[in-house]
Amino acid sequence: MATTLQERRRAVSAAERGRAGRGRRVRPNYLAGLGGFVWLAIIIVPIYYIVITSVGQQSDFYTGNPLLPSSNPTLDSYQAVLDNDFFLYLANSLVVTVASVVVTVGISLMAAYAIVRSRARVVRLTFSLFLLGLAIPLQATIIPLYYMIGQAHLYDTLLALILPSIAFAIPITVLILVNFIRDIPGELFESMRVDGASHWRMFLSLIIPLSRPAIATVTLYNALNVWNGFLFPLVLTQSPDKRVLPLALWTFQGQFTINVPAILAAVVLSTLPIFVLYVLGRRQLVAGLTAGFGK
Amino acid sequence: MSTAKTASGAEKALRTGPSSWMVAPALAFFLIFAIVPLILAAVLSFTKWDGINPPAWTGLGNWTRTLSDPVTFQSLWLSFKVIIVSWLVQTPLSLLVGVFTAGRQRYRAVLAALYFLPLILSSAAIGIAFKSLLDPNFGLSKAFGIPALAQDWLGNPELVFYVVVFVIAWQFVPFHSLLYQAGTRQIPASFYEAAELDGASRVQQFVHITLPQLRYTIVTSSTLMVVGSLTYFDVVYILTQGGPGYATRLLPLDMYLTGFASSDMGDASVLAMLLVVIGLLLAVGLTKLTGFSRMTSQQEGA
Repeated sequence: MATTLQERRRAVSAAERGRAGRGRRVRPNYLAGLGGFVWLAIIIVPIYYIVITSVGQQSDFYTGNPLLPSSNPTLDSYQAVLDNDFFLYLANSLVVTVASVVVTVGISLMAAYAIVRSRARVVRLTFSLFLLGLAIPLQATIIPLYYMIGQAHLYDTLLALILPSIAFAIPITVLILVNFIRDIPGELFESMRVDGASHWRMFLSLIIPLSRPAIATVTLYNALNVWNGFLFPLVLTQSPDKRVLPLALWTFQGQFTINVPAILAAVVLSTLPIFVLYVLGRRQLVAGLTAGFGK
Repeated sequence: MSTAKTASGAEKALRTGPSSWMVAPALAFFLIFAIVPLILAAVLSFTKWDGINPPAWTGLGNWTRTLSDPVTFQSLWLSFKVIIVSWLVQTPLSLLVGVFTAGRQRYRAVLAALYFLPLILSSAAIGIAFKSLLDPNFGLSKAFGIPALAQDWLGNPELVFYVVVFVIAWQFVPFHSLLYQAGTRQIPASFYEAAELDGASRVQQFVHITLPQLRYTIVTSSTLMVVGSLTYFDVVYILTQGGPGYATRLLPLDMYLTGFASSDMGDASVLAMLLVVIGLLLAVGLTKLTGFSRMTSQQEGA
């Protein structure tokens, strides 16, 4: 098993080297470089503005140049945000994200395995249904969801956010995992079958270990989406102790209207956990964002 | 006897693959929280419901009222305009940025890491940041001392549509350029080497190799972009709440405001059905038109 994995990795890195061959063709493209830096400015200015304002003095905001660093930077705004139940919102976001992602990835992995290896009609139909789900604008379900969550007495609970988040994440997660599991060589299943392994055994000791890169990918991708989700919290929760971070940002904006540095400090703080994930797992995240949508 | 029976049972299971029950949990979640709500939206569109008291049957009233309301047509028209203008803005940008970042030069790798930063910001964060940056009295208006930048970006009904399109592009071009980056890196280097030998210029290589080779990526990205454009909600909601007036009241926003701000869930459900039907028609139409399925099957072969 270990050797197969290594072989796979070697094959992959060899393929990457092959493609990297293009890099040798060096004739600097000044026009592209120039365009690249213009685009950088467009992307960076708003982000720079968020950060620089968040460490500025509140009193300076209305008088100074908003794009120049403050002469006496301060972390007061961060303190103000942290003192305003930030950790409660952070905890809510963590609970919702972790629960949604763990369940989504677990059940999607099972489904993807069945979809790749089973010929059953119901399985085919399920996959078609998931593919169709990719084309449905899911925002359209928010009113009936509001009704259902109310009927189930789940309104204003974290579970109200978790359950639909899972459902909406399933189609793309299954699609990414199916694309990956399809590439696992059939001989591996054959040899395990010869050894008398059950399907659960194959799932646990073949699918899960071999799919690890894809699992990392869908985990990051879904974590990003659930963490940043705004519509469900807006519609399905109400009380401050059930607030997740994006909604908290929105209410901070109402609460701190004139304290722009504090609002933007909240933006920075709410992005920080995902930023750490991005720095640690950019490769997987980037792979994941593209894996589901073809090459 | 019993062992023989289980053996043949196991044999059959192995031939047909894993138990169908393995799809059950995912299928159940999707049916209950995505398919049932879709059906329920259709049902609710025939009721009068304020969101608090029980819904009451009203027949076709919501449909005739909503479909003859000029606000609905304004929202529909705006949504179509966003789809088209967004596509025209985002596709060339994503394509260029994607091809640019596919290059293996070190400075491009560094730039790429920065380009993708908007991907990690929530819509709420993006909306709030731009709202502050585009304030007529502070932010951009004051930063450079250039009068042309001192506009009431979000308050001017002529401008606000394009500002919204810009912010949406800022949020989504990074994602689409990722698709193009991945697509470009799939193009065999030998194509370019051959073209180089033939003395093809860089522009010629782009037009005759890169663009045709990226056709499936263009289809994928455009499909996602068009269907996605229909659902822009959060950023627009935070930036403008649909205003000034009805200037940015896109279809999903119209649905939300009708339902949750005007407590008219019946009419909002009609708008939800419109969203679903248009979304499906667009997706199916684009698939038929462009051969999205051919692309997936080609991928399977790869």
